[in-house]
Amino acid sequence: MDKMPQWADVVLIPLISLLLAALLSALVILGIGESPVEAFSLMVQGALMRSAGWGYTLYYATNFMFTGLAVAVAFHARMFNIGGEGQAMLGGLGVALVCLYVPWPHWSIALVGATAAAAVFGAAWALIPAYLQAKRGSHIVITTIMFNFIAAALLNYILVNILRPVGAMDPATAKFPNATHLPTFRDMFSTADTIMFRGSPANVTFFIAVIACVFVWLLIWRTRLGYEIRAFGHSESAARYAGISPVKITVVAMLISGGLAGLMAVNTVMGESERLILNSVEGAGFIGIAVALMGRSHPFGVFLAAILFGFLYQGGAELALWTKIPRELIVVIQALVILFTGALDNMVRMPLEKLFLALRKGGA
Amino acid sequence: MDFMTLLQVLDSTVRLATPLLLACLAGLFSERAGIFDIGLEGKMLAAAFFSAAIAFTSGSVWLGLLAGIAASLTLSLIHGLASITFRGNQLISGVAINFLAAGMTVLVAQDWFSQGGRTPSLVGAARFEPIVLPFAEALRNVPLIGPLYYELISGHSALVYVSFAMVPITWWVLFRTRFGLRLRAVGENPASVDTAGVSVVRLRYAAVLICGVLCGIAGAYLATGLQAGFVKDMSAGRGFIALAALIFAKWRPWHALYATFLFGFLQAIALRPDLIENLLGFKIQVQLLDALPYVLTVVILAGFVGKAIPPRAGGEPYVKER
Repeated sequence: MDKMPQWADVVLIPLISLLLAALLSALVILGIGESPVEAFSLMVQGALMRSAGWGYTLYYATNFMFTGLAVAVAFHARMFNIGGEGQAMLGGLGVALVCLYVPWPHWSIALVGATAAAAVFGAAWALIPAYLQAKRGSHIVITTIMFNFIAAALLNYILVNILRPVGAMDPATAKFPNATHLPTFRDMFSTADTIMFRGSPANVTFFIAVIACVFVWLLIWRTRLGYEIRAFGHSESAARYAGISPVKITVVAMLISGGLAGLMAVNTVMGESERLILNSVEGAGFIGIAVALMGRSHPFGVFLAAILFGFLYQGGAELALWTKIPRELIVVIQALVILFTGALDNMVRMPLEKLFLALRKGGA
Repeated sequence: MDFMTLLQVLDSTVRLATPLLLACLAGLFSERAGIFDIGLEGKMLAAAFFSAAIAFTSGSVWLGLLAGIAASLTLSLIHGLASITFRGNQLISGVAINFLAAGMTVLVAQDWFSQGGRTPSLVGAARFEPIVLPFAEALRNVPLIGPLYYELISGHSALVYVSFAMVPITWWVLFRTRFGLRLRAVGENPASVDTAGVSVVRLRYAAVLICGVLCGIAGAYLATGLQAGFVKDMSAGRGFIALAALIFAKWRPWHALYATFLFGFLQAIALRPDLIENLLGFKIQVQLLDALPYVLTVVILAGFVGKAIPPRAGGEPYVKER
C-alpha cells in the first residue's frame, strides 16, 4: 500500500521543497541588504517580459534540458553521473572538429553531423567510468569527478597546443565556417515589421532538446531497454535474476547519459559562440543534477525544471547588471534546490507521509 | 638540479601538500565512519573565506582560524543532517554543499568588502607567519643538514606542523582507541555497533564534525597561510584532489601522507616548468601534470595497482530494524 497518493509524490513534495529553497534564497537576499520582492520582479522583467529575455531563458534551458536528461537517465539505472561537465566539454570538442574540418554545404546537414559528433564524443567520455563501474566496481561518482578534471586538462592542452589558430592569443579554435551557423530564434520568428528575440542566443538546438525529452520518455517507458534500465535501478538482484545483464545496462545507460550531456555542446559551441572556447560548459553539467532532481527524473519534469533554471540564470544575469547582487546568487539557489529536492527529500517526505496516513485513518 | 633547487621544490611541496593532507584526513574520518563526503571542497572554501574575513576585521589570525572552523562545521552539520538524520543521499548532499560554499562566499564577500568577491589582503598578525625552529639560524651553515633543516623543515607556518602532527594522531585515534575502533566498525557494519549498544548516529555525527574541523583548518591555511587573503574559488579543486588522495591511500592515515605529498609534489613541479625541462631534456605539458593526480586515481580505482576497497557501509544510511 502506498503511503501517499501519487500526486503528492510527484507534485506536492517538489513544490514544497522548491518553496523552502525559495524562502531561504529570499532570506539570503535580505541578508545582503536587498529586497527579495524587487529582485524577483527584476528577474521576471529581464527574463520573461521581453522576447529577448525569453531568448536567453530558452537558450540556457536548452543546455539544462540536455544535462538534466543526462543525469535523469543515469538516475533511472541508479547511478549518479556527476560527469556531465566533462562529457559536455568533450562533446564540444566533437562539434568543433566536425564543424572545422568537414566542408558542410548547408547548416541543416552540419547540424546532423555535429549532433552525432557531440553525442559520440560525450558518450565516449562516459565509457571508461561506465566500464570501470560495471567490471571493476569502482564508484561511478568518483571516476566521473576525476574525468571532469581530466577533460578540463585535455581540452586545455588541445586548445592551446593544437586547435588554436597561429598567432591567436586566447585558447580557442578559429571561427567555424559560415555554412555551419545555426539559425537563431531571431532568424526564425522575426517578421518584416517586428524583430523578435533581438540579440539573444536561442537557436534551433532548442527543438533538438525538446525532441531529446520525447526520445528519453519513449526510451525509458516504451522500450525493452528502458524497462531493463528501470528494473536494474529498482533492484539489481531482481534484474539479474530476470536475465538482465548488469554490465550491459550500466554501460548502455551511461553511454546514453554521456551522449545527452555531450549534445549540450551543439547549443553552446555551434549555436552560440561558433567556435570552441575553454569554458563553454560553464557549470551546466552540474545544474543538470538540480534539474533532474527537481524534475523527478521524468523528461517532462526535466523540461519544466530546465525552463525554471533558464529563467533563474537569465534573471540572475539581469540582477547582476542592475543591482549589487552578484551572479553567484544563482549558485546559491541552485545549491538550495539540490539540497532540498535531493538530499533533504526525507525532511519534507516524512511529515507528509504521516499526515496522509492520519488523514486516511480519519477518513476510513 | 642542485641541492638548493631540490630543497626549494620540496619546500613548496610541503606548503602545497598541507591543505591536501588536512582535507584528506578530514575525509578519512568521515568515510571510515561510512559517510561519503564529496563536500570537502566546499567546506575548505567556506573556511578559507570566513578565516580571511574575520582575520582581516579582527586583526587576529587565530580568531580567523576559529571562524573558518565554525564555517566548515556549519556545513558539516548540514551534511550530517541530510545524510544521517534524514537518511538522504550523501553524494547529492556533498554536491549541494560545494555549490552553497561557492555561491555564499562570493555573495558575502561582495556584501562585506565590495571588492569583487575577495577579501582585502592580509598583513601582519592577520596571517600565519613562518616559524623559525630553534637552532635553525645556528645550524644554517652546517653542510647538508643545515640547509635541509633551515630551508625545508623550519620556516613554515604553525598549521603546517599541525597538519603533519595530525597524521600520527589520526592513526592513533583510529587504530588504538575504543572510539576509533567503533568509528571504523560503524563504517563497515553499523548494525553490529548498534547491537553492541553504541549509538550509530552519535558516532557518525562525531566523525562528520571531526571532518569539519580538519577541513576548517585546511581552508584557513589556504587563505591565511599559503596566500594572504581570500579570492573567489581559491580552493581550486583541492578538495577533489584530497578525495583522490584518500582513495590512493586506500583510507589509511600514513598512506594519506604519502599520497598528498606525491600530489603536492606534482603541483610544485607544475609551477617550475623550467626545472623539468632541464632535468629531463624535454618539455612536459603542464596540463599533463594537472591531470596526473586524477589519472593515477582512476588507475588505482580500476584495480590495476592493488584494489582500493572503500569502507563497506560507505554511502548507506543506517536504518534501524524495527
